Amino acid sequence: MYETILYEVSEGVAVVTLNRPDKFNAFTELMHKEIIAALKDAQKDDAVRCILLTGAGRAFNAGQDLGEVSGGEVDFGGFLRKRYNPMILQLQKTEKPIVAAVNGVAAGAGMSLALACDIRLASEKASFVNAFVSIGLVPDSGGCYFLPRIVGIGKALELAMTGEKVSAEEALRIGLVNKVYPAESFMEEALAYARKLAALPTRGIGLIKRTMYKGLEMGLEETLEYEAYAQEVAGSTADHKEGVAAFMEKRAPRFTGR
Amino acid sequence: MAYEYILTASEDGIGIITLNRPKILNALNLQLVDELVAELERMDRDPDIRVIILTGNDKAFAAGADINEMAEASAIEIMKRDQFAVWDRMSLISKPIIGAVSGFVLGGGCELMMNCDIVIASETAVIGQPEIKLGVMPGAGGTQRLTRAVGLRKAMEMLLTGEPISAKEALRYGLVNRVVPVEAYFQEARKLAKQIAAQPPLAVQVIKKAVHKADDLPLGEGMDYERNGFYLLLASEDRKEGMQAFLEKRKPRFTGN
Repeated sequence: MYETILYEVSEGVAVVTLNRPDKFNAFTELMHKEIIAALKDAQKDDAVRCILLTGAGRAFNAGQDLGEVSGGEVDFGGFLRKRYNPMILQLQKTEKPIVAAVNGVAAGAGMSLALACDIRLASEKASFVNAFVSIGLVPDSGGCYFLPRIVGIGKALELAMTGEKVSAEEALRIGLVNKVYPAESFMEEALAYARKLAALPTRGIGLIKRTMYKGLEMGLEETLEYEAYAQEVAGSTADHKEGVAAFMEKRAPRFTGR
Repeated sequence: MAYEYILTASEDGIGIITLNRPKILNALNLQLVDELVAELERMDRDPDIRVIILTGNDKAFAAGADINEMAEASAIEIMKRDQFAVWDRMSLISKPIIGAVSGFVLGGGCELMMNCDIVIASETAVIGQPEIKLGVMPGAGGTQRLTRAVGLRKAMEMLLTGEPISAKEALRYGLVNRVVPVEAYFQEARKLAKQIAAQPPLAVQVIKKAVHKADDLPLGEGMDYERNGFYLLLASEDRKEGMQAFLEKRKPRFTGN
């Protein structure tokens, strides 16, 4: 039902594969729409408790398909507001963990997409290129928001101003990715990681995600207050009861995501 | 009384009215507003109710007027219907109304929200007056109450573009009192209602009226009004009880007399 992505649910994980391998999975208008639709599907589907976002072929995502925008006047602001920004906001609105499985190069808005995910796993063949500066542009799609929050302002400015390629190894060192796996076993490892997340208390994880991202924009007092609300909700979930019961009974918990 | 489009409940001195046309985002048709006002008036007379909560559901407080009822009607028909007269009765309710709003709070929904004395909003709320996009304008207070609430410039922007604002922005402009997670907005309203229900009811009503006078009266007359209310409450039993309890360092027991 999708043209530019693949969407498959198994064992609690929705795998969203950007699927334009001959174009390094570069974004098109349709792909933005389909990613948003897939995220909404995943949000609604109780069988989905983790979302794994990856790319088909050698690249993760090469950013905007320049073939689509070259020639003529481009309304950059309108373009972003209409196409990229809703996608990035949808990643935030989705109250399930989103893991980027960065299988190859993530460049420009493709890098921003990975940054807007909650957790980043990288193949040893992956690389990150903040390519905007190379064509005189500014990191968009949340690139100026997430990058300094993930790696710190000093490193973020360096990457954005130089556009230098970051290897998987370097990405791990600076905290840009959470794990690096060998290329041969990458998708298996990434899937295993996602399945582990999918077995955890999904509602609680959704609240962690919401509260922590909100915390980035709020002061301590507001965040403490928000935590109190979130805890009231989390404290009423079945998974909380199961977690406590399992702890008391000295057994492994069986979370259902509710 | 049996209602079709609203649900009613009461507990611990709190009356709760829930707009209930969830399939069409609580679009306000004539009957719904009639039912709502009838129930508000009933609760206002009910001595067991001290505060009223008005709410919808998580997706929509109310997404606006039911356009089906208006699309085909002529101006004269709508004028003869006098559909806004019933809205005027809402401002005569003497007990405090707390709005607990989430999701779409648009058009008539926004005007309804502005008829509440205190508003607790879910952070998912989107609030606005989009009438202009349909070639018309608000008719139930949208230009008047919004301007008083957020000031002339913000009201102009909202009314002339028809674009809604987020709960967070509404908070900044004082259009709502608190913004809380969607899971918590109703509970938050209930907590607040409980707190107000524990206050002396006469004082609550006189204060509510006096505050609303601030919108209508020049300052001097408003001050006179306030002072008369103050003298009036001095004659109440609850005033004796309140001051006595304060001196005896105990909790007051207000009776509403």
